[in-house]
Amino acid sequence: MIKCPENELITIEKGELLSRCMEMKKSGLRLSQACAAFCDGNYELSYSFADDETYEYKTLRLPAGLDEEIPSITDIIPTAVFYENEMAEMYGVKIQMISLDYHNKLYRIEEEAPLLPKDAKSTAQ
Amino acid sequence: MGNISVVPFGPQHPVLPEPIHLDLVLEDEKVIEAVPSIGFVHRGLESLIVKKDYNEMVYVAERTCGICSFGHGMGYVEAVEKIMGVQIPDRARYLRTIWMELSRMHSHLLWLGLLADAFGYESLFYHCWRIREQILDMIEESTGGRVIFSVNKVGGVMKDMDAQMLGRFVEKLGDVEDQITGIRKNFLGDKTVQMRLRGVGVLTKQQAHDLGCAGPFGRASGIATDMRTRGYGAYSELEFEPIISNDGDSYARCQCRIDELFQSIDLIRQAASAIPAGDLFVPVKGNPDGEYFMRIEQPRGEAVYYVKGTGKPYLNRLRIRTPTFANLPGLCETLKGADYADVPILVLTIDPCISCTER
Amino acid sequence: MSSILNFTGTLLKNLVSKPITKNYPEEPAVYPERTRGRIVIDIDQCISCGLCVRNCPPRCITVDKNEGTWTINRFDCIACGYCASKCPKKCLKLIPGYQKPGRSKAAVTYRKSEEVMEAERQKAAEMAARKAAALKAANEKKAAAAPAPAAKAAAPAPAAKAAVPAQTVSAAPANAAPAAAVPEEKQ
Repeated sequence: MIKCPENELITIEKGELLSRCMEMKKSGLRLSQACAAFCDGNYELSYSFADDETYEYKTLRLPAGLDEEIPSITDIIPTAVFYENEMAEMYGVKIQMISLDYHNKLYRIEEEAPLLPKDAKSTAQ
Repeated sequence: MGNISVVPFGPQHPVLPEPIHLDLVLEDEKVIEAVPSIGFVHRGLESLIVKKDYNEMVYVAERTCGICSFGHGMGYVEAVEKIMGVQIPDRARYLRTIWMELSRMHSHLLWLGLLADAFGYESLFYHCWRIREQILDMIEESTGGRVIFSVNKVGGVMKDMDAQMLGRFVEKLGDVEDQITGIRKNFLGDKTVQMRLRGVGVLTKQQAHDLGCAGPFGRASGIATDMRTRGYGAYSELEFEPIISNDGDSYARCQCRIDELFQSIDLIRQAASAIPAGDLFVPVKGNPDGEYFMRIEQPRGEAVYYVKGTGKPYLNRLRIRTPTFANLPGLCETLKGADYADVPILVLTIDPCISCTER
Repeated sequence: MSSILNFTGTLLKNLVSKPITKNYPEEPAVYPERTRGRIVIDIDQCISCGLCVRNCPPRCITVDKNEGTWTINRFDCIACGYCASKCPKKCLKLIPGYQKPGRSKAAVTYRKSEEVMEAERQKAAEMAARKAAALKAANEKKAAAAPAPAAKAAAPAPAAKAAVPAQTVSAAPANAAPAAAVPEEKQ
């Protein structure tokens, strides 16, 4: 019995993030992963939620500017702690109020935002 | 109110094959809080996308982990194939499935050995690894490597297993099955083993769900999620059911993994009997343009591969979310309220793979 | 009680059977045929096309077309076999037998035999002569008829190649020559 629904991608705005995450949590989805990417001068944050029964996979896509401050979802979903720390450390995403903030020391890398291209600031729109 | 003390656990510890550090807050002998910290073996594999094109990244993805190396390569190439709309030949799908199950068996046997070592049953440890050696021999014979398979490529596989080789493997697996039945008795029937595992680190289904636990760790708590049900590879044509347990303790996790060994043998048998003839790969042209979240079932649980390409040979983003990363919050929860002496076993029951967690 | 005697069978078997481990180094290790140990090259088959250089994930291969050499840093090689799968002449092969550890990284260079080099030089010279002739013919044609746009676009590249004297053609850019050599081999 195969259950393979298509991945769903929902683009959201910053103000919606917390309420959308709350919605996902209420409907019984679990946070499967969260990650950041950098494309065309903007961050693309992805918060993926998985359904354990139907194998649905919904991803919230939040485009954000380089200096934009993003609220942490750890108050709603405590397990997002490592994902958010990773985003902050690897890409320098400014995430506010992570419940357990490693202050860029999760991976103990000397360099700041190593995955962000060096010329990111100049290409930012 | 007892004495509160903080005990650092790791990064170097006899039970830890890989470095993770835990700050354990103890009240007398009970753990009341555990704060993990990782980052001792971060290698920055994800940042290599700027130097290697998407074909070469297969080899980088494979080197994410030494135990589930094949799965990482497979997850990555399937994500790229999905983006590029490549339909790989049926034979390649079956071969990938067989290798994936062989790698699952060797991973689980390795873990069983480590668990036996953690509760001080050294001879059982060596028995597990002796059985594992036969699986490794099969892997080396068919792919050319014991740990890094290097048989995946975007568009199919590079090496073939002929009917004679498959027949030999299936025959050998029958032998392995008998041996696993033997150690199963020791793991699940032995009184001392039960005393160390039963009721230790119980995680209820609700807790496991809230903490986002993946793989056998979650299945032992009753979450019937197995990414193989999604039908990637050749799993859509094979018969299997996720193995779950409702106890949620260390014993259940051990039981789930042992039973998955039998499941893997069964899957390999099915695949070997149903494998179609045909090409090994299809030529792939162009560059990936688009993004996809590929989820596959690694020996340790659900792994997510996020690949984003922008039509250039170099990818924009490759993100590997390994199962241990998802299981870390679950580990911290199980540690709360555990005896200090049980900490090594609990750390092992999530089957930690720290190097692939940090990438 | 049964839980204590679980291992008795295995125990008795182990007591009388030989050890499962091998007495390595005294007894040599036996590798299966497919073992990816190290890369070997049949250097005289090599056409110095450089595909292995461009497709080596750790970038451990270098090729010198002029010298006819193929160099590999075996300590950087990850034995993935990607170069062997890309080689157009199938002269790269993975064979069992691992690289021995050493104190420092060292590269190994393979050089083509003198006869092969000589033959290649001749071929390149022939090719260059033919190209020059073709170019001359094309130019004459162009002068006779109205200049076609295709001929115009093609003209600069062969002109650059033809400018190189026949004897020193092997000094041409490494990636320009193989394109000429491949069809040559097929003839």
